[in-house]
Amino acid sequence: MQPAGLFVMIASVGTVTVLFVWCVWKVLTQPAAEVEHLHGADFETPDVERP
Amino acid sequence: MASPQKDSWGSRLGVIMAVAGSAVGLGNFIRFPGQAAQFGGGAFMIAYAISFLIIGLPIGWAEWAMGRYAGQRGYNSAAGVFHCLVPWRGSKYIGVLGAIIPLVIFMYYVVIEAWTLGYTVRFARAFFDPTLRFSTVAESQAYFAGFVGKDGDGTALRLDLDALLPWLVIVCGLNLVLIYRGISKGIQKVCEIGMPVLVILSLVVLARVLTLGTPDPAKPEQNVSIGLGYMWNPGKTLVVAADGTTLAEVVDADPAAQQAKAEQLAAATAGARVERKTVLSQLADPDLWLAAAGQIFFSLSVGFGVILVYASYLGPRDDLVLSGLTASATNEFCEVALGGLITLPAAVAFLGLAGVAGQGTFGLGFNVLPLVFSEMPAGSLFGAMFFFVLFIAAITSSLSMLQPGIALLEEALGIGRKGSVGLLGTLTALGTGFVAWFSRDLKALDTLDFWVGTFLIFVLAMIQIILFGWFFGIDRGWEELHRGAALRLPRFFRPILRYVCPAFLVTIFGLWVMENVIGWGRAEPSNYVTDLFEKGNPVAWLSIGLVVIVAAGLAFTIASSKKYPDDLSA
Repeated sequence: MQPAGLFVMIASVGTVTVLFVWCVWKVLTQPAAEVEHLHGADFETPDVERP
Repeated sequence: MASPQKDSWGSRLGVIMAVAGSAVGLGNFIRFPGQAAQFGGGAFMIAYAISFLIIGLPIGWAEWAMGRYAGQRGYNSAAGVFHCLVPWRGSKYIGVLGAIIPLVIFMYYVVIEAWTLGYTVRFARAFFDPTLRFSTVAESQAYFAGFVGKDGDGTALRLDLDALLPWLVIVCGLNLVLIYRGISKGIQKVCEIGMPVLVILSLVVLARVLTLGTPDPAKPEQNVSIGLGYMWNPGKTLVVAADGTTLAEVVDADPAAQQAKAEQLAAATAGARVERKTVLSQLADPDLWLAAAGQIFFSLSVGFGVILVYASYLGPRDDLVLSGLTASATNEFCEVALGGLITLPAAVAFLGLAGVAGQGTFGLGFNVLPLVFSEMPAGSLFGAMFFFVLFIAAITSSLSMLQPGIALLEEALGIGRKGSVGLLGTLTALGTGFVAWFSRDLKALDTLDFWVGTFLIFVLAMIQIILFGWFFGIDRGWEELHRGAALRLPRFFRPILRYVCPAFLVTIFGLWVMENVIGWGRAEPSNYVTDLFEKGNPVAWLSIGLVVIVAAGLAFTIASSKKYPDDLSA
């Protein structure tokens, strides 16, 4: 691989990795009360057949 | 007005993983590397990044916003969403495309999913029985042809571990069982477990590939560095014949040596010359933009109705902006950082550039890579891992394709999960059986993939982004997108959503139709058109008939339902 190719690879892979890690970090560190709407946290989710 | 929505996601991370799981598929690991390498990594990535910003993210966000808006008003199907957003009696029939497309794609996608499972088990068996490893490309090709039934209709449907049938039965059953478990217990659970497993296994395979070095010291030109250069070097050095045909691509760590080798090769062939393609000359090629935009578009799974339906199960103040961005970022990570570093370097290290160049998606995935893993130290183990990664990527996508159909049947017919899964299971079993039976040259699969999996997706995506920007309204859409959002979008996305994205998409679609349907620049239209109108291929016509039957059935279901009154206030 040539130096220019190495640069393109590091820039591309680095960008998507940083974006991915930042997004996951941001999601996981959001205050739970603001983001967790546990509509389906009950044991019986409403989308299944009930007798 | 329909009754308020009652189905829902269990957590924010769950819906993100589900959308990401829907997007991450075989294309991330097999199609993307081939596309990037064909056009030169540097130029391709520029067009790819621009397409991501002006097509991928905007269409995704539009779907998230429209889906959640309609979901709060009791509509979960794409037909319902369209009906809710546009008070016109025909809108629900346009929206039904959002159920037809994923349903028909499911019918052939599970066939490919079954291949990945079959190959996983084949490599797991080879771990204990080395005679099952492949030793030549011809052997690998012959195995694939026999496995999928390329040589004759119906030949893959035999009860044999080295044939499609047993894996197809398992995969179809698994999909139906998981979808029956519902949104939170089925799709969400699978994706919450499957996506981390996919990333971890991919990282293990990646570590193996990047430490391969030069597997055969007698062939120093076959190594990982050359493979990475083939994928990522911004320019291309080609040896071109007198008639313009590319004879070979030359890659070397030293640009001067690369040029010298190319000139040496050209001198050996009468009339051949060396052609150097720079980043700028590549960017001037419309084919590159078409390829980059197409890859972003299909890779992110935007535009075919799944995100629309998934978002309809969100709560009124659930975040959309960060969730959409995270799902897209997960897909891009899997595609660029994992797929971009695994597939081609491994293939080039064992087979050289000549063995890899010109391979299509299936050729690379199911002819070249099986041979690569057969030759790699501990390759059976890594082969099983790699194909299992593809299987996870496939099942998280195929599950998402069933939900739009389930949502439509439940909404329109007022039936429960058991009834809708039963109906859909019967329909998909017939469709999948059709695709699996007509396996000669993969004609049915190929025809459906072209007309539904490509052409109709383009159409629905254009309709959706125009619907968002011009009918739902950019102000209302912007407000919906930011209700409960953890991030605020920069305002320059407003004109992108309203003007740039639709214009870019229409342009790309126009170019795509001219090149792939009409056959612009070629002597005759593409095979997909000649199959239908010149050759009158019966399997191609039967495939179109299948789509028409599904469309008519779903349209009739909607027409006979009282859930979509012409007067929305009713």
